[in-house]
Amino acid sequence: MIRVQNLSKQYGQVMAVDNISFEVAEGDNLILLGTSGCGKTTTLKMLNRLIEPTAGKIWIGGEDITAQKPELLRRNIGYVLQNNGLFPHYTVAENITIVPGLLKWDKEKTRNRIHELLQKLHLSTDLLTKYPSQLSGGQQQRVGLARALMTNAPVLLMDEPFGALDNITRTKIQEEFKELDELQRKTIVMVTHDVHEAFELGNRIAIMDKGQIVQMGTPAQLLFKPENDFVRNFLKAQRLQLELKAITLHDVWYSLPSAHDLPDSGLPLNTNESIWQAIQKLKGDVKQIMLKSAQTNEVKLVTFEQLMAAYNHYQNTLTA
Amino acid sequence: MNQQQQSLWQFVQQQSDKLLSQTLEHIGLTLVSLLIAIIVGLPLGIFIARKKQLSGTVLGIAGVLQTIPSIALLGFMIPLLGIGATPAIVALFLYALLPIIRNTYTGITGVEPSVKEAALAMGMSARQILFKVELPLAMPVILAGIRTATVINVGVATLASYIAAGGLGEFIFGGISLNNSNMILAGAIPAALLAILFDVLLSVVQRVSFKKLKYALFALPVIIVAFAVYYLVPSASGGKLTAGFTPEFMGRQDGNLGLQQKYGLKIHTTVINDAVMYKAAFEKQIDVISGYSTDGRLKAFNLTVLDDDKKIFPPYYAAPIVRADALQKYPGLEDALNLLAGHINDSVMTELNYRTDQLHQTPERVAKDFLVANNMFKPSRKGKAGVIRIGSKVFGEQYILAEMYRMLIEGNTNYTTSAKTGLGGTKICFDALTNNQIDFYPEYTGTGLLVLLQPPAVKLQQITSNKEKTYNYVQQEFNKKYSVKWLKPIGFNNAYALMMRRQQADELGIKTISDLKHFLDRN
Ligand SMILES: Nc1ncnc2c1ncn2[C@@H]1O[C@H](COP(=O)(O)OP(=O)(O)O)[C@@H](O)[C@H]1O
Ligand SMILES: [Mg+2]
Repeated sequence: MIRVQNLSKQYGQVMAVDNISFEVAEGDNLILLGTSGCGKTTTLKMLNRLIEPTAGKIWIGGEDITAQKPELLRRNIGYVLQNNGLFPHYTVAENITIVPGLLKWDKEKTRNRIHELLQKLHLSTDLLTKYPSQLSGGQQQRVGLARALMTNAPVLLMDEPFGALDNITRTKIQEEFKELDELQRKTIVMVTHDVHEAFELGNRIAIMDKGQIVQMGTPAQLLFKPENDFVRNFLKAQRLQLELKAITLHDVWYSLPSAHDLPDSGLPLNTNESIWQAIQKLKGDVKQIMLKSAQTNEVKLVTFEQLMAAYNHYQNTLTA
Repeated sequence: MNQQQQSLWQFVQQQSDKLLSQTLEHIGLTLVSLLIAIIVGLPLGIFIARKKQLSGTVLGIAGVLQTIPSIALLGFMIPLLGIGATPAIVALFLYALLPIIRNTYTGITGVEPSVKEAALAMGMSARQILFKVELPLAMPVILAGIRTATVINVGVATLASYIAAGGLGEFIFGGISLNNSNMILAGAIPAALLAILFDVLLSVVQRVSFKKLKYALFALPVIIVAFAVYYLVPSASGGKLTAGFTPEFMGRQDGNLGLQQKYGLKIHTTVINDAVMYKAAFEKQIDVISGYSTDGRLKAFNLTVLDDDKKIFPPYYAAPIVRADALQKYPGLEDALNLLAGHINDSVMTELNYRTDQLHQTPERVAKDFLVANNMFKPSRKGKAGVIRIGSKVFGEQYILAEMYRMLIEGNTNYTTSAKTGLGGTKICFDALTNNQIDFYPEYTGTGLLVLLQPPAVKLQQITSNKEKTYNYVQQEFNKKYSVKWLKPIGFNNAYALMMRRQQADELGIKTISDLKHFLDRN
């Protein structure tokens, strides 16, 4: 969906982005991860031509992005900023209908879409007539997301979208974000400096340093097959948690014991989820959790100890 | 105070027609210049917000324009644009520019970058970003600039009356020169109210949302056209002669009022400041002006005085007036001052004024040349018998006379002198005399009569047509009332006079004010 080739951006003596190439497949969620100043934002903004590159080429949907006027290009690319960039003089309704307005949607279509989105994003319709300054930080960010999703643009760019939120709100919105069906189909490029967020939300991660991509791959590849010390050190501090997040229940399914007698109540957890997710549910009084294979519909009942044993086993096979 | 309010109210009632037209003119000048300033300043402000490297230059130039004193700016306008509404509007426009450009620039550059970035990223065009994002968000700041400009313009528009553009300045400056507080207030109060009114209206607009404001933008051209028509029509119909009178002349019985009553003169009249009047006549912007018969500019601009055949202008013979106790204290002073008596007639005085005003010779040199030529000059004796304090009003002729008296006193007596020249107006000069801050100054019989004594109308009728009667009356009354002595007249009569360009007067065969009236009636 997105193809970037030998892209560079130079500011005076500084190479903000230094000859990078990558591809993002349709429906993928690529995270640009790295410390502040490594060139993430610059890379992202070149994708919708907010910044023109010094060298290199970009194709989106097979088409060279310089082939059409930047305005037209941008109307088909959603964009979410860290401090939301909502128009303070527009109501929520006006803010999220800007792009439909530019694309000359009719009123009926716009109205239906607003209500659909508000529901998905857990926003009350009462907010429609409010101004951004009257909303909480979390609500503002949800509205910013709604604005970017409004016209079903196939590509979504996000620059530290949850960076300005407090921890609790951030975790909550990240959860919702993952569950949002709209996002499953989209090709997303998201910038963050938060390693957890990257592992939580991305199915591919590009670790950047000094304008270059140091390594790009799935979370598991980065964790278990780091190409150099930079990547290894970058992930060292939160290694265990990251690994638990990177390994899905499906990965360890074979080494979990089969169930004998199943209780009749409770929803099973899908094996597309990570081990981390399963452990999250095993808090307090809950001693066992029911899992259901996404492939075979087989159901298993496991404890915390059994999960950790399976994890150790899996890790050994990877590093062996 | 009650008396004052009463008579102010009466004045307003009497002059309600004029007040209304002056107020309308004032609003017109302010709004038209403001609208033009918005039309020019807003795009300019937007432009320098885009090209920041130009902002210093543009704001600098607009800032310099604003520091030019208003009168000087109006003066520059005359050779370029003549007199009347056009140069006044241009001057006001220049004053209004800075706050509008500066606030537009500040407002637009102050828009949150992330908001602009979001607009850009959503695919808005530069034009859409300007009109939907930048201008609406900058609007409160821009309107604050427009408010500032409006209040400045309401104030400066009072000066429009200097160049025949009308407005409430006619009352204000007329009142100041006529020493008539009701007239001043009748102009100043509405001007202040206008400033407040505009300010309040704009503060309301500031609170209205930009979307509603857009409709007001359509009204703009309509207003401009309306006022443009309003200003163009009178000048288009001015085929005949036009008079330019000072605000003072407009309000005086021995001025325009007398011209209307005694001569039945009906002439299209504009109000104009003394400083630019002669030049405007010379430049053919106006044809008839109310000048002073000994003004040096008569000669400089080749104007001719129309004979006052019905004697409506009272005589203004100049003579030194001295406090009686000073004459006693300084024996010989009276003789020294009287040396000049009878030596300067109208054309000599005009010539002397011409040399200071137009040739820019110093009053000292002009005075000395004259005394030498008339064998009256003696070098200073550098005496130590006392100091005589000489006063003068703040115009050329008085400076020359003060210099002559200084030389005569120092050459003929053992006194030295100190000069307090440039005392604002009649009132200030005369107060300085009676309060023993100066010992004498040159005064005019007409001024003594009409400004200081102000006798009842009946008395005026009897005495103003004859120069001896006037002189005798002021001499007696000043002695009685103020213990101030009028010495012998110097000779010239610096009275009000109607003047025209010599060439035009000759062509039309106009020599007297009655000729002028007949000419106007025929055409
Ligand atoms: N407009 C600019 N002018 C000059 N230098 C810039 C500009 N924008 C970014 N940079 C520099 O480029 C580098 C990368 O910036 P950026 O892409 O914003 O980093 P990140 O988003 O990873 O924090 C930094 O060193 C930054 O200082
Ligand atoms: Mg950044």
